[in-house]
Amino acid sequence: MKTKTMAATLGALALTVAACGGDGEGSSGNDDRGPIKVWLSNNPEEIAWGEAMVKAWNDEHPDEEIEAQEIPAGQSSEEVIGAAITAGNAPCLVFNTSPAAVPQFQKQGGLVALDAFDGGADYVEERSGEVAEQYQSPDGQYYQIPWKANPVMIFYNKDLMKKAGVDPEDPPLATYDEFLATSRKIVDSGTAQAAIWPAPTSEFFQSWFDFYPLYAAETGGTQLVEDDQATFESEEGQAVADFWATMYEDGLAQQEVYNGDSFADGKAAMSIVGPWAIAVYGESVDWGAVPVPTSQGTPAEETYTFSDAKNIALYSACENQGTAYDVLEFATSEEQDGALLEMTGQMPMREDLAGTYPEYFAEHPEYEAFADQASRTVEVPNVPNSIEIWQAFRDAYSSSVIFAEEPVDDALGGAAGEVTDLAGQG
Amino acid sequence: MSTLQAPPEAPPPSRAARPSKAAPSWVASLVGRHPVGIVLAAPYAVFLALVFAWPLCLAVWISFHDYFFAAPGVEVERPFVGLDNYRTVLSDPDVRESLVNVGVFLVINVPLTVVLALVLATALNGAIRGRTFLRVAYYVPYVAASVALVAVWLFLFSSDGMVNQILGPLAPDPSWLVNSTLAMPVIALFVTWKQLGFFILLYLAALQNVPKELYESASTDGASRFRSFLHVTVPGVRPATLLVVILATITGANLFTEPYLLTNGGGPNGASTSPVLLMYQRGIEQGNPDTAAAIGVILVILVLVISLVNRRLLERD
Repeated sequence: MKTKTMAATLGALALTVAACGGDGEGSSGNDDRGPIKVWLSNNPEEIAWGEAMVKAWNDEHPDEEIEAQEIPAGQSSEEVIGAAITAGNAPCLVFNTSPAAVPQFQKQGGLVALDAFDGGADYVEERSGEVAEQYQSPDGQYYQIPWKANPVMIFYNKDLMKKAGVDPEDPPLATYDEFLATSRKIVDSGTAQAAIWPAPTSEFFQSWFDFYPLYAAETGGTQLVEDDQATFESEEGQAVADFWATMYEDGLAQQEVYNGDSFADGKAAMSIVGPWAIAVYGESVDWGAVPVPTSQGTPAEETYTFSDAKNIALYSACENQGTAYDVLEFATSEEQDGALLEMTGQMPMREDLAGTYPEYFAEHPEYEAFADQASRTVEVPNVPNSIEIWQAFRDAYSSSVIFAEEPVDDALGGAAGEVTDLAGQG
Repeated sequence: MSTLQAPPEAPPPSRAARPSKAAPSWVASLVGRHPVGIVLAAPYAVFLALVFAWPLCLAVWISFHDYFFAAPGVEVERPFVGLDNYRTVLSDPDVRESLVNVGVFLVINVPLTVVLALVLATALNGAIRGRTFLRVAYYVPYVAASVALVAVWLFLFSSDGMVNQILGPLAPDPSWLVNSTLAMPVIALFVTWKQLGFFILLYLAALQNVPKELYESASTDGASRFRSFLHVTVPGVRPATLLVVILATITGANLFTEPYLLTNGGGPNGASTSPVLLMYQRGIEQGNPDTAAAIGVILVILVLVISLVNRRLLERD
């Protein structure tokens, strides 16, 4: 009897689960129009821009209204979006799609190729220029439109530099040797606990804010993976890793996490940040910004860095994809890009920003260096297993560079093999 | 002269000799003699089936397939791959390290929990001043949110924290939470401290069932308090000890929050990564629920084996 009861229970469970499962219907055609939902990131400036953009659209399109909300809280946006794709309740557009997560979302069947819309691919390339190529998926289609970048630079505290005996207007930070010497002055003088304090934790994305910007600069714009091959097992990769290893070994960067904002709290004299930092620290810190260092001191106008971009993608759960695509074009128009720049200080990924928005940069000259830097950025590679690749790299980096538990060249070599394997699994 | 003889021992009543009951109807055989029981048990049975049994079965199924999360309606192939995911997991040095890490945790946490909880419960069971306050004090960390308590421990064990300030030159270098040897023991101590109140409560309940006459006899025989504790209390609460060991093992094997928060995602360099944390990274962050499920199944098997071994060892005496 027990067996029968159990079998009946399991049968009922199976039926319940089947009934609750997906209905097997995919997204509707891409011409459908009507109300749509979009998710915005949860930083206040961006929400203000999003709300203004939504109002502008809704005023002109009463039958195709946008309902906007902040991206639901979660450990990271990528996890929240991934879960929404699986559940089939992703919104039509997410204005905070990380390029690193796009290959995974694409594999899940969660994204709509923008090429599927009339003139979609041309629009992406026309708005973004050459940089669009970095966002093209291995199948040759665009599943995201480049939207905004936060090209990272070295932000420094002038007061602390001065206190450490370093010229605050022109601190020697261009070469590795200069950077190390300046860092030693800062720490040895007791001015700050660390010269710079990148997060020494193991999350896959942390390398975007220590190794990768310097690697992009050292190589003149090489991605971590190119042609399905890891690129960092090279002289340049070794040089960057050795530089950071020296920073940690000499106590110029800390192995321990700072619970707070080390730059704001004066515990570190420098930080690797995007232009968002101007709004955050601008009032409280007398700051300066320089490009990330290279071994030979690349001129600022030739230095590459990591883009820290967020893009817009159209999700397959969307019913009114025609409207969603129109909103995507509306939100990335020159006018809305200008509003984004004005309201958030983040750089739309368009060519010749300074020439397109001269009034803004005349009023805000402090953003000019970042705008110039935005034209030389490197994105994360758009390859399968992107996040696994970054995790594999981070593990090797932590082990060798941060904690010195294995030789740097061994770690980079091992990680390169693993990364190449993962990239080739597409 | 006659001798008294004990009457022959009556044989135990055989099964056939027992008074027969009325044959149960088919309804009674389906729902038992007290139908209300099934009504009361049903909600929890359904909850158990949906929240535990079904996901467990699904996880086992996923672990034998090339599985990834996909949008509804998207046709994807999820072929049967046999033991491939298990091979991948068992050959992954990160997984092996996480199992070693949780082993270190259990070796420290479980014995410490048993000893401290039993000793403190025995003390708190006696007539001591401020007994109620102390009982509550030990229980508060258990009911407090881990996130809040982690902040306290970060304050204590960061490199410029209170512990290092007291230790001065004796402070470890690298400091506690970024030291690959010390990070896991610190987490084990944290969890032991946090959960102690609950286990003290279990022992306090168990101590009520130890007959007072045994203590009186021990005292009459001249046994010291320590010998009395060793020979009366410890055997008297053996069933509770078994429960504490098994519960501590299970909660320890499911370690996630503490390494995630205290050592920022399993640092330094993976020295405090637990298998559950790795499951989260593999399954949710990296989109490989199949290998994550394989780690989960292996973990369940290991916990079952450890629990069975514990049970055998503790019940043997």
